[in-house]
Amino acid sequence: MAAEGAHHSNTKRIWTVFVIMSLVTLVEVVLGIIKPASLHHVHIFGLSLLNYIFIILTIVKAYYIMWAFMHLEQEKSAFRWSVAGILTFLCVYLIALVLTEGNYIYEVFHNSQYKWIF
Amino acid sequence: MGATVTTAATKETTWGGGNEPLKVSYGKMMMWYFILSDSLTFCGFLVGYGFTRYKFMDTWPIADEVFNHFPFLHGVDAPMYYVALMTFILIFSSVTMVLAVDAGHQMKKNKVAVYMFMTIIGGLVFLGSQAWEWKNFISGTYGAVETRGGSILQFVGEDGKQIALADFAKVDPNRDEATLTRAKGTWFVKGAEATTYSIAEVKAGFEANPNVRIRTQLTTDTKHKEILTREESVKRLEDAVLVVEGANLIRNEYGHKTFADFFFFITGFHGFHVFTGILINVVIFFNVLLGTYQRRGTYEMVEKGGLYWHFVDLVWVFVFTFFYLV
Repeated sequence: MAAEGAHHSNTKRIWTVFVIMSLVTLVEVVLGIIKPASLHHVHIFGLSLLNYIFIILTIVKAYYIMWAFMHLEQEKSAFRWSVAGILTFLCVYLIALVLTEGNYIYEVFHNSQYKWIF
Repeated sequence: MGATVTTAATKETTWGGGNEPLKVSYGKMMMWYFILSDSLTFCGFLVGYGFTRYKFMDTWPIADEVFNHFPFLHGVDAPMYYVALMTFILIFSSVTMVLAVDAGHQMKKNKVAVYMFMTIIGGLVFLGSQAWEWKNFISGTYGAVETRGGSILQFVGEDGKQIALADFAKVDPNRDEATLTRAKGTWFVKGAEATTYSIAEVKAGFEANPNVRIRTQLTTDTKHKEILTREESVKRLEDAVLVVEGANLIRNEYGHKTFADFFFFITGFHGFHVFTGILINVVIFFNVLLGTYQRRGTYEMVEKGGLYWHFVDLVWVFVFTFFYLV
């Protein structure tokens, strides 16, 4: 970091990452506007293929922001993962539990006499 | 000075605090752990949004139909373009920020100042765009009615496209429904704001225009909102009790009540972070101009401010996906 990178510049890497992130965003927007039926209406585990693509592309962007822009790739791996590892684990954990619960309540609305308030 | 920039490793003994096992300064490490905890807050918000959306999976509003405005394109259906533009603005301001950090590593004061300035401008443009987005969301385009049960009913014309209340409502010149303010009330009472059209005017207009039908909140298998036949529409409109125009924290014309709440809270909380990020950047910018960091011998403060700014961008990437795309 500061010590090693004091002399040489990383501008080339920065602009490469910018181009990659712009392209990813562009793909997302184009897909979001067109919404191809073959992706939008095909579901795996209750989520359409289009949404899988969006989520994967988002994680790609998050990776570039954290690794390249926030310089995580230049930190010691112990420090890098003390941030990224904890964040990933807790988020995945929370998402899995809470969305399962939300889906359960959706089923309740459908299969019982409750229709709105639960 | 030692408190702001730790370069202890060279000054103190290993057991006297001079050891940095993670090879990262105190300030930067704490900024990272702050970002970690703040990310979890945003994760909680977005997961809360996901929970509610799963709960009301088949009645949730479709984002494309809500956010379809673009500056100077009135009445043109432009889904996504505007948020895409906002995303590019924020990504680009992230790039200028990281260029400032890079220039700081090389101790180039003027370059740091220029890039910091560009970053601040990018942040302000983003904040302004968000304000415009909120303005459109709050004022609404079409208007809708709410039933006794709390469902939102929207109106479509002959071609199945949504139409505004103004397009068909029959204005009653004798309408007497002024806003009840506290000054006019007998005691400490206050009524709801009077809407542009009363529910009676909407119902009269609906009767007079046999082409108007109702669109419910239900999403069909083709991922469009269900449009009722004229007979069903007539029956459904009997339940309508309220006119809803735009959005507030209680109800909104787009659909489920919690939709607007989540929109305001998530984009609002993010916007607040952008705002504080701009403040931090302004302080750092002036310190760069004053030569504070040049004298200190390190531009690490720019790096720390940069971490926060990139974090704001990181959150937006997720908000963009889960609020606008998915």
